[in-house]
Amino acid sequence: MEYPITYQKYEEGLARGEFLALQCKACGSVTFPPMAVCRECSGSEMSPVSLSGKGQVRTFTVVRVAPEGKAPPYIVAMVELDEGPYVIGNLLDLDPDQATMDLMGKEVRLGSRLMKGDIYSIGDAHALTFSLMK
Amino acid sequence: MREVAILGVAMTRFGISEKTNLEMFAEVGIEAIQKSNLAPKDMGALFFGNCLGAFEEGQLHMAPFAHSELGLPVSAPATRFESACATATVAIRHAALLVAAGVYDIVIAGGTERAAKMGTPLATRTFAMASQAQHESNAGITFPGVFAMAAHMYADKYKVDLSVLKMGMAEVAVKNHYHGAMNPKAHFQKEINVDTVLGSMMVADPLQLFDCCPFSDGAAAVVIAEANKAKDLVEKPIFVAGMGQASCGPLYLQRDITRVRAREESIHQAYTQAGIGPDEVDVAELHDCFTIAEILAIESFGFYEFGKGYDAASRGETRLGGKVVVNPSGGLKAKGHPIGATGAAQVTEIVEQLRGESGARQVEGARVGLVDTLGGDLGTVCNIILRS
Repeated sequence: MEYPITYQKYEEGLARGEFLALQCKACGSVTFPPMAVCRECSGSEMSPVSLSGKGQVRTFTVVRVAPEGKAPPYIVAMVELDEGPYVIGNLLDLDPDQATMDLMGKEVRLGSRLMKGDIYSIGDAHALTFSLMK
Repeated sequence: MREVAILGVAMTRFGISEKTNLEMFAEVGIEAIQKSNLAPKDMGALFFGNCLGAFEEGQLHMAPFAHSELGLPVSAPATRFESACATATVAIRHAALLVAAGVYDIVIAGGTERAAKMGTPLATRTFAMASQAQHESNAGITFPGVFAMAAHMYADKYKVDLSVLKMGMAEVAVKNHYHGAMNPKAHFQKEINVDTVLGSMMVADPLQLFDCCPFSDGAAAVVIAEANKAKDLVEKPIFVAGMGQASCGPLYLQRDITRVRAREESIHQAYTQAGIGPDEVDVAELHDCFTIAEILAIESFGFYEFGKGYDAASRGETRLGGKVVVNPSGGLKAKGHPIGATGAAQVTEIVEQLRGESGARQVEGARVGLVDTLGGDLGTVCNIILRS
């Protein structure tokens, strides 16, 4: 098989502001970030699909003790996208000290930003970001 | 499949060590072999756990060096296992499987780790390598952060006020430190109270420092043999009643992280093989890397209904003398967490409990014990049920 959307293509998509996802021809589930098979049914027949870029906060934390190379505090959130996938990224535009349980279920818009790589990583790469809908 | 038993067990004191990974492992390996009334030449294979030797000491391919330190014969292959924090449990499970299958009669398994040596920033970075690199670690997620997100989701899902959940979590830490204070091998042998936890620095909201296990150095090893051989060699062999292991991909694919799907599958396998259910477990050594993790685990095992385990420690039900004693060793929280060795130390504790050798923290009349180790961000769980 040929890997449907490689990480490099996904990353280039993020750099252009696009979120490259895959929809399963068998069960209809959307897989994002892209993988070799459908996240729900392991089907390998998938076609490219675009995302609305909207979702809801399902959980979060404020990281205050960070890995070397990262500058805390920052918010990490898990968001359920309208198309079904859950993704992990950084919630921006909110003071980490203002992050409370009120964030649960809040609607957010998906984005990304370039993060600096370290000697252990494959280099600079985009991480997903979330912004609260006004 | 043949019945399998555990013979000699040994662990170093967990904490800060000046010894190398190999020196620590040699100490426990030789002790475990001697306690089995065996010699190094009797070992058919070494199942060796280590996660981060490359970062701790610039050492890869440690298994054959450990093999030489123990004086094992060339005919006994040494293989390294890496399953993040579940490393040694996975090594022991595979050792037991190959003995059960008749490939080997007597083997040694365990692990060693020198996590404290790295210091907190590098240790935090290397532990985060067990999250998916492109889609999780890149956003700066940490292991406390993963379980912090589970805690927030738990409070939201079960409509438990966060302050109430945090009190229940703090009681887990208090209970495990109470147990650890009775364990001369524990990293922290000191009792704490809820104010210690709730007054400590915030690490990843809502987890505070005393909700988190430490980075520790240490090693542990166990000798495993076919059951009839074991009965001839030692007075109290401890039998492997059931085992399970399951895998579940990156955190974002797991979605509801209050339910550890790999654990639910793994414990089902182990209960089924052992022919028992949660009511028959007398004592459990489970993966309390963070206080919320213990709450998730006791629910997965069926000790408590989902959403109802958060105040088990507050009610004293998981404490020594309670209905099911959880982490009498002090758990990862107080005993310490040298990740590559942790599972072998959990097995060591359960074996000693079932032999009645645990001194002040002995669970009276314990006959069935459960080992539970979780690797990565809920990606690997391995369970071993032992009986006397």
